[in-house]
Amino acid sequence: MIPAWLASRTAVAARSKGLPALTAWRLLRTSAWASADASAPPQPSREQMNYDVLVVGAGPAGLSAAIRIKTQCQSAGKDVSVCVIEKGAEVGSHTLSGNVLETRALDELLPGWKEDADCPIKVLASRDSTLLLGGPSWSLRLPTPPSMSNRGKNKSNYVVSLSEVTRWMARRAEALGVEIYPGFAAKKVLYGWDGHVEGVATNDFGISRDGRPKPNFAPGVDLRARVTLLAEGCRGSLSEEVMSRFGLRQAARAEPQTYALGIKEVWQVPESQHKPGTVVHTIGFPASYDTYGGGFIYHMSDRRVALGYVIGLDYSNPHINTFQEFQRWKSHPAVRSHIDGGTCLQYGARTLNEGGLQSIPRLSFPGGALVGCSAGFLNVPKIKGTHTAMMSGLAAGEAAFRALTADKAPDKGPVDMSNYEEALKRSWLWDELTAVRNVRPAFRWGLLPGLIYAALSEYLLRGREPWTLTHGRPDRERLRPLAEAPPAPAYPKPDGAITFDLPTSIYRSGTNHEHDQPSHLLVSNPGEFERSNLPHYGGPETKYCPAGVYEYRTDEYGRSKLHVNAQNCLHCKACDIKDPGANIRWTVPEGGQGPSYTAM
Amino acid sequence: MKVLVAIKRVIDYAVPVRVKPDKSGVEALIPKLSMNPFCEIALEEAVRLKEKGVAAEVVAVSLGPQHFQETLRTALAMGADRAIHVAAGSGSVSEPPQPLGVARVLAALAAREGAGLVLLGKQAIDDDCNQTGQMLAGLLGWPQATFASKLEAAKGDLRVRVTREVDGGLEVLSLPLPAVITADLRLNTPRFVTLPSMMRAKKRPIESASLEQFGLAAADVAPQLTTLSVEEPPGRQAGTRVGSAVELVRRLREEARVL
Repeated sequence: MIPAWLASRTAVAARSKGLPALTAWRLLRTSAWASADASAPPQPSREQMNYDVLVVGAGPAGLSAAIRIKTQCQSAGKDVSVCVIEKGAEVGSHTLSGNVLETRALDELLPGWKEDADCPIKVLASRDSTLLLGGPSWSLRLPTPPSMSNRGKNKSNYVVSLSEVTRWMARRAEALGVEIYPGFAAKKVLYGWDGHVEGVATNDFGISRDGRPKPNFAPGVDLRARVTLLAEGCRGSLSEEVMSRFGLRQAARAEPQTYALGIKEVWQVPESQHKPGTVVHTIGFPASYDTYGGGFIYHMSDRRVALGYVIGLDYSNPHINTFQEFQRWKSHPAVRSHIDGGTCLQYGARTLNEGGLQSIPRLSFPGGALVGCSAGFLNVPKIKGTHTAMMSGLAAGEAAFRALTADKAPDKGPVDMSNYEEALKRSWLWDELTAVRNVRPAFRWGLLPGLIYAALSEYLLRGREPWTLTHGRPDRERLRPLAEAPPAPAYPKPDGAITFDLPTSIYRSGTNHEHDQPSHLLVSNPGEFERSNLPHYGGPETKYCPAGVYEYRTDEYGRSKLHVNAQNCLHCKACDIKDPGANIRWTVPEGGQGPSYTAM
Repeated sequence: MKVLVAIKRVIDYAVPVRVKPDKSGVEALIPKLSMNPFCEIALEEAVRLKEKGVAAEVVAVSLGPQHFQETLRTALAMGADRAIHVAAGSGSVSEPPQPLGVARVLAALAAREGAGLVLLGKQAIDDDCNQTGQMLAGLLGWPQATFASKLEAAKGDLRVRVTREVDGGLEVLSLPLPAVITADLRLNTPRFVTLPSMMRAKKRPIESASLEQFGLAAADVAPQLTTLSVEEPPGRQAGTRVGSAVELVRRLREEARVL
């Protein structure tokens, strides 16, 4: 029996939405019960905005989709409204990548990009080297595999800052009529009455730590669209929700995704040491035999050098401290020779996909699709994912445009995006990922077998082998308990010139969050950390987080308690991936916060 | 009553900065810019006056290079009715326009617009000058209340009551309008820019004005002060423990020579 006050609300809703009353009641249920609490101040009603296409995330994939739709609009003389929202304060604030860009997808997306004086893609990658760091002091030069080399007649790879590239892409997109709104995070997916995705709700601003609205409370808005493209990057919070709700992994019989964490710095170095276009990759030290880890050093423009260390999150040693591994790697002579005498400008970290072909889920769902690293198209042996992300955005944009403007297309309602996946499967993206699908899984046998297989695959097999290796268990299940773990590595103290401590590095990321807001890191089962993570694994969250968010503090009785410093968060998502008990869920904080990358 | 609000675009308050290696100034390691926090507070106060019916129109004004227009757009999104950008100054952020030049432009603009109240932030966080509001009041010959932590005005009133934060406590002044008021931290908490207001602000025009329109020349806004050098403060030396009060007194007298 519906109470009278609820029935009247239901009637209002039914009239406004044109829905059967019972369905409207189901929709209202949660909000009705929430506002039945008399002590909560009345919620201002949320505004709704409608678009044809909504893109969540202004990274290379999201912007490629938006740009593609608008260029097709221009050539076909039609109009499709596109809105892009981005949780960073500016476009590019949360973009972090190596980056050596293969311009294959960009050539198709914006053919005249080279003539654009504003375009920051200028430094051609020219010198390649691959080094095996044998120990803390010696290194060995290895031959660079052809697929990784940047030279050759058809190659045009550029050393860029992806943050700068996305800023430029955003300017081009806005010139084409795309509406881009940085500073607003997509908090929740909105579902229609039959379960299809109808859009997203942006975050509320001005909620205090205890959940109560503050005087400057500003509710988010409901952005509704016929097509919602999730371009949140690796381990996007909404993408993960949608993948599990629609069973997208099961539908494609995909394996669980496997990840790596990349920690990066950008330095300004003396002129004499700077050779723009230099591309160096290292393997070996400080990763142990059974840990997948490697580094990169890229010389950009303006005397800047980008360098970073990537560690596979399927590592098993619970003592590994990812931040300290990065510092150790920097102290190797072959690495420090690039940055000696320079100044560190920025620091940051982000996880990346290493699952390749085996982990790609079904890409479209009712009402939208997954693009870019949210799905996971990174080519691991090439260590490049931007060109595939852009390609996927391009394909999704095309499929959306076609579906929205087809002759007999209906005016309202969700749109069928299955053409997107079919188009991708026929494109060079799928061929590329198929060719390299077995390289990363082979490294589970160890560094040397992995290298041997990689060489075999590169020069001989090229993906034609009939078998497909599996990634096995998800990353979080790989951690060995303390009892079975190898001894903890000894990490040296920072020297303040090449290696730094964590607070200094966090400061350089520009990360900042409003303190008085609910923690965006949702810890379910809080006691589990003190009961399981700390005694059995030694508190791995204090070690894999590159921002020092998690720490254990002892109270006056000598008991350890987990303390979450959410304001340090770099939005890398490592905790969402690696926590052994799956107790941490990363969600978006208030928009416009988090790191401020400009040259990453 | 028309309220004029002066806005400055500065290095974001959360960005790490360092002294330049050649000691000629300070540079941001991350070139992120945003509205000066005190200007935000002033703008918020102006918008609240409009919501109470005291102000009829809120005009946001910015003097500086082209990129200052982005901050004016944020001002429109926060509730300003009009935004005026006066182009001046070089393109680099490291040479922001200086207070006297800004005050001259604001004085001319206030006269042209017939403003009844000019609200400014008490100081900009990049130069910490704390001079523009005061100089503006001097040029216009208007009363001023700086470091305002509370503003009381009613519709149709000819006077405003301002509570100022001064070194000794709080001072309450009554000012006849027109007046110049500069905002301090505790005046209010600025509202968040909501997505719909940002969407609407993106579509609105920002008026451009040039110095000539006010009868001013580039020389009137040229910098009057040159920074000779900027140095980091001397590093803090470690303290030493002393064994007893007697030894402390002895060391204070003989070594530190303060007794």
